[in-house]
Amino acid sequence: MSARVIPRIGHIASNTFREAVRDRVLYNLIAFTLLLSGAAIFIGQISIDVERLVVVNLGLTAVSLFGVVIAIFIGIGLVSKEIEKRTLYTVLSRPVRRWEFIVGKFFGLAGTLVVNTFFMGIGVFAALLYVAHKFAAADASILVALYFIILEFLIICALALLFSSFSSPLLSAVFAFSLFVIGSFAEDLRGFASLSHGVMRWIATGAAYLVPNFSALNVISAVAHQQPLGTQLIVQNTLYALFYTAMALSGAVLIFERRNLK
Amino acid sequence: MTAARRTTVIASACLAISMTASVLVLRGVDRIRPQAALEDALYISSPTFVKRASLGFSGLMACIYWTRTVQYFGHRHANHEQTYNELAPLLQITTALDPQLLPAYQFGASFLAPAPPNGAGDPASAIRLMEYGIAHNPENWQLYYNLGFVYYTELKDYKKAAQVFAHGSELPHAHPFMKIMAAQMAEHAGDFITARMLWSATLESSNEKNIQQNALEHLRAIQVDEDVTNLQAAVTRFGERTGRLPASMAELAAAEHLPGIPSDPDGNAYQLTVEGLVQIEKPDDFPFATKGLPAGYKPAGKPKFHTQG
Repeated sequence: MSARVIPRIGHIASNTFREAVRDRVLYNLIAFTLLLSGAAIFIGQISIDVERLVVVNLGLTAVSLFGVVIAIFIGIGLVSKEIEKRTLYTVLSRPVRRWEFIVGKFFGLAGTLVVNTFFMGIGVFAALLYVAHKFAAADASILVALYFIILEFLIICALALLFSSFSSPLLSAVFAFSLFVIGSFAEDLRGFASLSHGVMRWIATGAAYLVPNFSALNVISAVAHQQPLGTQLIVQNTLYALFYTAMALSGAVLIFERRNLK
Repeated sequence: MTAARRTTVIASACLAISMTASVLVLRGVDRIRPQAALEDALYISSPTFVKRASLGFSGLMACIYWTRTVQYFGHRHANHEQTYNELAPLLQITTALDPQLLPAYQFGASFLAPAPPNGAGDPASAIRLMEYGIAHNPENWQLYYNLGFVYYTELKDYKKAAQVFAHGSELPHAHPFMKIMAAQMAEHAGDFITARMLWSATLESSNEKNIQQNALEHLRAIQVDEDVTNLQAAVTRFGERTGRLPASMAELAAAEHLPGIPSDPDGNAYQLTVEGLVQIEKPDDFPFATKGLPAGYKPAGKPKFHTQG
């Protein structure tokens, strides 16, 4: 591996990040701020005793859903847009290999989502301070929930890139969103597998392990109730997300390497 | 005016007119729609389905359903509705979505258990809700307190209330008054001291304004009930002694060596009817009072609530 690989991937990543910012992706932060501040102010008046719960639940759910939508809708266009605008040929005519292009795009989109999550996280904590007037030690677990949300984004970015490496943007969006929904039901799928018999059990178990398990990364309810999260869970979830992301990215690279771009 | 400018002006005017017209039309539609029928319908009643449909964001969905429950109860209560058909299912969905949502149990029981117009008059559902809450939060003594409260206030099942309070008192971090409650229930369940102790404990142990206000109203009502009971006993004693009814409250007070004419917590003198019945002057000011109410009295409107002075 050449020593210039990392700078090349870095250039592609930074260009992807700049492009996303130019596409006004970060405008969603305004909608997020309005949503959260509105909820923080009004929920206290129309509900009873759940102001803090609403701020944490709504804040983290919004961070997650906004990020998933951004990851899917930017991720699916990362390859196809470059082909459509014919800029891919310019990039690949330079000493940039196809896998570097895919990996660079992935890091660019992941970086965009991390920055996005960082600002939204500040918004969640500001809203929490507004309703609770002070922070508790247990509020630190919100940082863990945000970290898990970022791990979720990594998986979705990789999946969006995987689908966009061989399919049209529309189909890629459908595939990625479907996997997001199925991944949210991963625990149920596993439960279904345990109740099945014979071949069906094998198929269901295989499917349960093949789809991303987003329910393991969703600790929003636990965090909202200030329940502690174990270090073991953080380590295992990190490893799971990294392996799954690597798997999806490897698939994207394998397909893109063989794709006829003429 | 250029063509582009003209288009901008016309489009802006159309936008403003359409927006105003749509708001006005919608207000008209709201007036002709049967509001009660719309509110008393729950389109998705399966907690499992709602949980699945929340895509893992069940915490947020629980907060939304809880807010909807509060709005449903509040709206119907304010309109003096006698039925709360969707209250129990809404609470069931809310707690299925988030079994740790404690306000849903604590307030839910006080919405469900009391008889209309103060609640849905469904203590059985309130007990089921609390038992579900205890099953999912077994370390929370306050849920035992709320469950015991339902047995005590609504079902007058003092034995069961004593058992629940005793069970809750054994939990770690349980408030010391749980043990006292259990003992009181077993010995003096129906008396005013026990009732006052229960509502005082509620007033002191909650930071929630609505719960405090409710407890305060009950404490005022207990004071009235006790006063009326004592005064009525004094009227009986007077009759036994003199062979006639007292002519006025002043005569009764003098006969009983009271320092003045007895008055309710607001300072209004208790009334004595010609039949010798002790009554409160303004029954609307004591929505939970059970004694001293004029014959055939029905609450006139929305109950008056008082702030802690």
